[in-house]
Amino acid sequence: MNNLQSLSLYWPELILTVTVLITIIADLFYSPKESGRTALWVLGGLFLAYIAIKVQDSTIVTTLFMGNLAFDPFASFFKTLILFATVLVIFISQRTSELDGHRTGEYYALMAIMVFGMFLMVSAIDLIMVYLAIEIVSISSFILAGYLRGDLRSNEAALKYVIYGAFSSGIMLFGLSIVFGLAGSTKFFAIQEAMWNLEGSANFAFTLATVFILAGFGYKISAVPFHFWTPDVYEGAPTSITAYLSVAPKAAGFALAIRFFNQVFGDGGSFIDPSLTTYTELPWPQLLAALAVVTMTLGNLVAMQQNNIKRMLAYSSIAHAGYMLMALPTLSSQGVYAVMIYLVMYMFMNLGAFFVVIYVKSQGGGESFDDFRGLGWKMPIVGIVMTIFMLSLTGIPPTAGFIGKFYLFAAIINAGPQMYWLAIIGAINSVISLYYYMRVVKVMFFEGESSETVLVPSIPVLLIFMALAIPSVVFGMYWTPIANWVSQSLIFFTQVI
Amino acid sequence: MDTSILSWIIWIPVIGMAAIALIPREKVKTIKMVTAVATGIQFLATLGLWSRFEESNGGFQFMERAEWIPSFNITYILGVDGLSLPMVILTGLLFFLGTFVSWNINRAQKGYFALYLLLNTGVMGVFLSLDFFLFYVFWEVMLLPMYFLIGMWGGPQREYAAIKFFLYTLFGSVLILIAILALYFTCGRTFDMLLLMQTAPTALDGVIWWGMSAIKVIWVMLFIGFAIKVPVFPFHTWLPLAHVEAPTAISVILAGILLKLGVYGILRINYTMLPVAVWWFAGALALLGLINVIWGAMCALAQTDLKKLVAYSSVNHMGYLLIGMAAVIAAGEANGNNLLAAQAGLGGAVFQMFNHGTISAMLFILVGVIYDRAHHRDIEGFGGLATSMPIYSGIVAVAFFAGLGLPGLSGFVSEAMCFIGAFPVFKAIVIASTLGILLNAAYFLWAFQRMFMGEMNEKYKELPEINKMELFTVIPLLVITVFFGIYPRPFLDLISSTMNVIIDTVANMGGIAGVF
Repeated sequence: MNNLQSLSLYWPELILTVTVLITIIADLFYSPKESGRTALWVLGGLFLAYIAIKVQDSTIVTTLFMGNLAFDPFASFFKTLILFATVLVIFISQRTSELDGHRTGEYYALMAIMVFGMFLMVSAIDLIMVYLAIEIVSISSFILAGYLRGDLRSNEAALKYVIYGAFSSGIMLFGLSIVFGLAGSTKFFAIQEAMWNLEGSANFAFTLATVFILAGFGYKISAVPFHFWTPDVYEGAPTSITAYLSVAPKAAGFALAIRFFNQVFGDGGSFIDPSLTTYTELPWPQLLAALAVVTMTLGNLVAMQQNNIKRMLAYSSIAHAGYMLMALPTLSSQGVYAVMIYLVMYMFMNLGAFFVVIYVKSQGGGESFDDFRGLGWKMPIVGIVMTIFMLSLTGIPPTAGFIGKFYLFAAIINAGPQMYWLAIIGAINSVISLYYYMRVVKVMFFEGESSETVLVPSIPVLLIFMALAIPSVVFGMYWTPIANWVSQSLIFFTQVI
Repeated sequence: MDTSILSWIIWIPVIGMAAIALIPREKVKTIKMVTAVATGIQFLATLGLWSRFEESNGGFQFMERAEWIPSFNITYILGVDGLSLPMVILTGLLFFLGTFVSWNINRAQKGYFALYLLLNTGVMGVFLSLDFFLFYVFWEVMLLPMYFLIGMWGGPQREYAAIKFFLYTLFGSVLILIAILALYFTCGRTFDMLLLMQTAPTALDGVIWWGMSAIKVIWVMLFIGFAIKVPVFPFHTWLPLAHVEAPTAISVILAGILLKLGVYGILRINYTMLPVAVWWFAGALALLGLINVIWGAMCALAQTDLKKLVAYSSVNHMGYLLIGMAAVIAAGEANGNNLLAAQAGLGGAVFQMFNHGTISAMLFILVGVIYDRAHHRDIEGFGGLATSMPIYSGIVAVAFFAGLGLPGLSGFVSEAMCFIGAFPVFKAIVIASTLGILLNAAYFLWAFQRMFMGEMNEKYKELPEINKMELFTVIPLLVITVFFGIYPRPFLDLISSTMNVIIDTVANMGGIAGVF
């Protein structure tokens, strides 16, 4: 579609742009204390954007702006997921004590910019667009990570984030330029076509380019060995932002990676014939499988040794990226399906775990295991809710996390016996993760004594807990709505030549 | 109610749990009463099930079927047969009695009884579900309550014991999950166990994965998962710890029911879905049984903690059972179609499951009784208890005799059946395991001698006698032990049709044992 026609399918993004502008202008009229009210503008904008996505005709599958962006149910799925995550994080941000004394107008405006960037990420089908989208998301998250100006650790987080971000996006850019050199185009479809006609001698260059591009994707989803920023940034950033970074950009990164790999190396997500899925002899499925194994194993082993729960959750989120990466090398619709289901489940449980950390801190506690000692006796509701999130993250039925893992393992096993080893390593990793997740439960309940007075959270906090904990359990027992939503969204814009 | 009786049996405890959640935590008495009522109704329902069960029918009865997640072919299927019914009744009985064993729990009762009921649902669900996914969910649902019950209400090393239990069993579970998925994708995309029993043997025939037969790979994954629960040597190390640290009622449930889940899994899944591999594995199974018998008995002999001794006696007793299970191949053509031996072995194994459930439950309750009074369980620390607690000593004597397999008590019948069945096929193993019987008698008698005979320990002169509540929990088990010791017929009639079905399935595969 040309630029003018495209605008009619571009309402959500347009609404977001206006939202950002209104938020920044509105913030000028608020006193520092009232600055948090900008959240309402952002929420309103996100709501309108959600409506815009919903009313769009889901049967239209096309490209926008002369082949720069794809418009398909797959993108809409991720846009909706990102909106949900953002709304939840905005509510969580209202309840955090870390942002006290800071003007939060820019905070919410930056989040809206991130949403815009992630919308581009999930629909980009052009290398330049990919790069721009990643940068929009990255730069706004750098600022958000360093939002606590007076806090040294937050500053450190932002600086580390910038340096790693610049480094890995530089490498990715280099990879992209090699691809451009080989294919002569920046469009995914043209690259795919060029790939088929590529001479064998160019395979090495292409492999190298793929590895470089993986650096960019890996950085966004914090896969090993591009994960080094994760623990420090997650620990230093305001916890609400940590929660956000661990869910939304990760989802967008996976969407981008799925689109890129399926379109460039596979048959574009039409999944017509599984035997045709790899046209080239590049070893990239093995590469991704190895990446998945290293990512989850390292994430889990290091998470075991943490004494700070926030940092533990940071490493655990690396491990979860590893679990999801397991499904990509299968290059099957089941694999993509599983990742999408997992991301939905992961959103609830991971945001929930971070929100508990935020809440405990705002009640005068801290972030270390020692601060959680006896929590289950002092605040039984928080203790039970946290237990649900920990179980769900481990993947114990009947919780949502189990269903996510179940689909991942199913996709891998469905891919055939040659992939079983990956499933077994993934399974052993979930057993390892049990140890550190249960450590949280242990300090909350097994230590400390029954106290006379128990602390019950206020109603808004309780509502947020319920909004995260109930799906974490209910989707573990009945997930047909999610399964249907995902299977309807499994339609890509493709150009099979 | 008639058609959905199995659902009721499974979900009644959850209703009780919901009720407990609404009761304020100070009202301890009400919480206990709700638990007693819920488990009591469940127990009565299991008895009702028994009364309407058709013994001549070897297939599944009281079947229930409902849509759950059609997009993945997951269905809610329940059913009961001669293999699961005794276990269901045992579960109902032990959870009901366990409520009264837990009467003295003195902290956080609300949480304790809520988790206790959740555990009950998990266990019942495993025995009754016939959909693999459902089976797995219930299998895992048991873990969390168990972790909390050991970790919060257990002994001094409870935290370590709880996490060790959890890690071991989860490791086994994930292997089971992978095996389930492998079966799902190779055998026609279904979790329906009844369908899998028909399709799996043919669908997997001759399939090779990484140079190994697919049947063997799946068998081994399932076996490790279940063996951890049994526990089979060398996966047994979590057991003594968990048993010793758990509160009395939980030890009772753990030894009485949870260990049986592993055996049940092997018989229900490995035996019926992968019968060919039974031939391949039976020898190893019998050998593992022998190791369990000897190893468990030797460890028990070395213990000074009475509860640990009883825990190792479980390892020992599970060994007899494994030998009996292995005897099923006697019915094959290669072994001369010795149907009687197979019936004796497999029937003995299932009977042993039940008998060990009642006997070990009794032993753990009795250990709890003395621990509540003396606050330690050191065998050497007692002496001459027979004079201060004559009734208690008498009951312990009977329980110990049942444990060591004295003729006239139920343990003897089932152990003898296991040996009789296995003898034609595994002569050397059976002969070697008689050494275990000797050791078995030795550790029980020696412990009895040190605790109840000899010089009276002055410290425990005034120890109060076993009270009515405790008697109420022990007597039913004692009666069952004596009754089945003298007249095992009703039990064997109950299971025989189903046993014949399983034996047929395995024996018919004898002809193609050369596939490997």
